[in-house]
Amino acid sequence: MAFEYAPAPESRDVVDIKPSYGLFINGEFAEGSGTPFKTINPASEEKLAEIATATSDDVDRAVQAARKAFGVWSALPGSERAKYIFRIARIIQERARELAVLESLDNGKPIRESRDVDVPLVAAHFFYYAGWADKLEHAGFGRRTTDGHSGAKPLGVAGQVIPWNFPLLMLAWKIAPALACGNTVVLKPAETTPLTALLFAEICQQADLPPGVVNIVTGAGETGAAVVAHPDVNKVAFTGSTEVGRIIARTVAGTDKKLTLELGGKAANIVFEDAAVDQAVEGIVNGIFFNQGHVCCAGSRLLVQESVQDELLAALKRRLGTLRLGDPLDKNTDIGAINSAEQLAKIREMSEIGDSEGAERWSPPCDLPEKGFWFPPTVFTGVAQSHRIAREEIFGPVLSVLTFRTPAEAVEKANNTPYGLSAGVWTEKGSRILWMADRLRAGVVWANTFNKFDPTSPFGGYKESGYGREGGLAGLEAYLDV
Amino acid sequence: MTTSLADVAASATTLRAFLHGLPGVDRVGADQRAAMLGTRSIKTTAKAQAIDLAISMVDLTTLEGADTHGKVRAMCTKAMRPGGGAPRVAAVCVYPDLVAVAAETVKGSGVKVASVATAFPSGRSSLEVKVSDTALAVAAGADEIDMVIDRGAFLEGHYLKVFEEIVAVKAACGQAHLKVILETGELATYDNVRRASWLAMIAGADFIKTSTGKVAPAATLPVTLIMLEAVRDFRDATGRQVGVKPAGGIRTTKDAIKNLVLVNETAGADWLTPEWFRLGASSLLNDLLMQREKLATGRYAGPDYFTLD
Repeated sequence: MAFEYAPAPESRDVVDIKPSYGLFINGEFAEGSGTPFKTINPASEEKLAEIATATSDDVDRAVQAARKAFGVWSALPGSERAKYIFRIARIIQERARELAVLESLDNGKPIRESRDVDVPLVAAHFFYYAGWADKLEHAGFGRRTTDGHSGAKPLGVAGQVIPWNFPLLMLAWKIAPALACGNTVVLKPAETTPLTALLFAEICQQADLPPGVVNIVTGAGETGAAVVAHPDVNKVAFTGSTEVGRIIARTVAGTDKKLTLELGGKAANIVFEDAAVDQAVEGIVNGIFFNQGHVCCAGSRLLVQESVQDELLAALKRRLGTLRLGDPLDKNTDIGAINSAEQLAKIREMSEIGDSEGAERWSPPCDLPEKGFWFPPTVFTGVAQSHRIAREEIFGPVLSVLTFRTPAEAVEKANNTPYGLSAGVWTEKGSRILWMADRLRAGVVWANTFNKFDPTSPFGGYKESGYGREGGLAGLEAYLDV
Repeated sequence: MTTSLADVAASATTLRAFLHGLPGVDRVGADQRAAMLGTRSIKTTAKAQAIDLAISMVDLTTLEGADTHGKVRAMCTKAMRPGGGAPRVAAVCVYPDLVAVAAETVKGSGVKVASVATAFPSGRSSLEVKVSDTALAVAAGADEIDMVIDRGAFLEGHYLKVFEEIVAVKAACGQAHLKVILETGELATYDNVRRASWLAMIAGADFIKTSTGKVAPAATLPVTLIMLEAVRDFRDATGRQVGVKPAGGIRTTKDAIKNLVLVNETAGADWLTPEWFRLGASSLLNDLLMQREKLATGRYAGPDYFTLD
């Protein structure tokens, strides 16, 4: 008997979107000097709000506010800073539904994900780093000397530029450790997803965070470039494309700014013949179709052992047939909207290259909504290492399937990429997991799971996936003068 | 492509090799998948459909030492007419000595009579006793037999012994449908649940059932998920469809709907009928009726508006 789920939309009423938003500088919202831009709901192309554009003058004001606040903030005892950060974490939990709905509206990701993954992780990050604020000298980056000088010193003003795929979570990854270590920040959210960062600014006000400790400047690439290039910024943290990461590295080269980059990826999800098949299928789905594949550590290359290729692909295709694509605010939606027309065009272009290079494209029967930006879950089989869809990051719901014969060949193919952010290993054999993890050149290796995040676990890449680590104890290093 | 699994049980060695060759189950992943499906939001028309479907799948059960003819008759009456225009349930489930009473009461209503058998719930008796227990229930008019497997033999690795018992009980069933209770709470690991599911299906089970209801944990969502995967894969391999019955611990409409979502997104729509999926329960029915009334009227009626039979 057919069992259709009736629409179960989460209410939009919990969130109050203003017609326009200014910049958040020195604890207050202010007009931007540039031409405002609009942010839209990618699922409907409906305009959500007008957003101010920060020019380099505005960025300068923000950096000055952060510089001024740095004196006060860094002088506070760690236990006092912790109180503010704990308070922010609690407010995030209290306003979780509002943040989740706003994130889904602005980004296009399913409410199930923003509600069950993004926002809880955001709160967890603030809780975790709040706990470090008064224990920094025990973190291994310098201890208090007998004459009272603290060894673990903050850097100053951090300029942070974040992407649109996990707008609020990337904000948390950047701001939580920076504040815990005693730095102040100027953060630029992505131009397609500024709304939750601006709601976070309101949360900073609600938490009575001293003015200037957190400043949010909105705008496109030029605003980000102004943040990165500002001479009074001591630390630059960027998450985004490898292409922009290179430009930033060039900008920062020759200055005394400390830099961390978290860039692209082309992760291998490696399935051995003795894997727990049903869970491996879930892991493949979660690896590449979670967040529409807009994940830098997405498992975009499936490496499957040839002896189980047919069964695994049959099981995967059957499972993809049950994915529910549509309204991001529907609580039963698995796949939401692509974030922007620009990204959709890029995914289409890369998929067409896959076709033209001879890979075989497959998608389950899937009705795409008429308005908004949508791309069906897509699997390319018959992919070789030399195909562009096996080498370049697509950043969409597109899986490239390759095969291997032996563990050594799996390692060789997995590592044969300019990237090195993450990898997954699926096998019931514990010793093989360890053997693989030793050899995979990736910042994160997941065993029998994928896309699992925790604030205590460091995250970051090898090679063109960037450098520096965020999260965990290692994540403190990026914000301390060590 | 379908294959015959007849040779699998040719010897203890081949059976063991087959069962141990099944893909493993990763506990963390299976738990996560079941939990995720548990978050599906079933509202309005979908909820109404699910409630009526769940009612029609209930095996209304009483398995107490204190069961009497009166108790069983009352339960059977409710099974046929749960009240408020709700559909009848799928079956009543009783001990073998009460089958005749149940069969007489539900006669002609379409409600089936299921009987537990084979030294239920522990299964600790000789094969001879188990077979005659089954034969008695069938002779008294049982349409369905819910047998228990020998968990001791299974945990000892004597799979062929478990297999042969199922085959013997199946033979004693005649026309009656055989549900094989795995008692997953005692098998403990998900790998064992998958192996026991395949073992029962190869031996001829018409249904595989999670639990007796006498052991905790009983029908957890991940266990039902794994059994649904097993029947799905078994049909792909052999062409034969086998039903699934979670039993024990399913008390609320929410629990029932989560089970239906599992079926829908794992085995698929072919299993979403009382012929292929049952919910073994006693107190569940009243919660379903209460939620059904709430959905129709917008108000909750008090517990006294629902009969306690």
